[in-house]
Amino acid sequence: MKFGILVNEGPYQHQASDSAYQFTKAALEKGHEIYRVFFYHDGVNNATRLTVPPQDDRHIVNRWSELGKQHNLDLVVCIAAAQRRGLLDENEAKRQGKDANNIAEGFRISGLGQLIEAGIQSDRLVVFGD
Amino acid sequence: MTLHTVNKSPFDRNSLESCLRFARQGHSVLLFEDGVYAAVKGTRFEGLVTEALKNNKIYVLLPDLEARGMRSDNIIDGLKTVDYAGFVDLAAESDRVQAWL
Repeated sequence: MKFGILVNEGPYQHQASDSAYQFTKAALEKGHEIYRVFFYHDGVNNATRLTVPPQDDRHIVNRWSELGKQHNLDLVVCIAAAQRRGLLDENEAKRQGKDANNIAEGFRISGLGQLIEAGIQSDRLVVFGD
Repeated sequence: MTLHTVNKSPFDRNSLESCLRFARQGHSVLLFEDGVYAAVKGTRFEGLVTEALKNNKIYVLLPDLEARGMRSDNIIDGLKTVDYAGFVDLAAESDRVQAWL
């Protein structure tokens, strides 16, 4: 079965990103397909590679990147939500005249249409947030 | 059939009450994250949950219950516990998943 995942909350807030990760991992282990993980609102903060949590804490950003790499996941960040919160990829940094970008490996920035498409293409859209 | 997910404590938000008001007969409800506080015996929400159990199956995510220092032997009779794999199964078995954020 194809699952779409929506993450509306940032890392280290409550539990949404952790729950979404555990659900995604469990679904993959059961042989389901994850059509896309879409990060919206404060959820875009799950995609900044400048995150440096204490060593004894889970690294939420790297954990997504690694799971993405392992299973070839489509990790998509909402562009409008990202720009408001200072999350840029190389292209956007150039376009906005910024001196750096901060998107983590495995994530890509795109539009809200990607969420709509995930809703249409997936058998189930599972939403995690505050 | 719809799977409703509730992730906040009923002492914090009214999402559980809203969910149970709208959930139709035969729908399932999953309590996870802080939503697991609704599963504990002896709170003022026990009546609400017990009443809902007449029409709906209600599940609790065990890792979230245990992460908060509670045990499955102290939850309201009739509730079922699931792990993340069980959560995935519930989502797959249902026609849709409705998050009460």
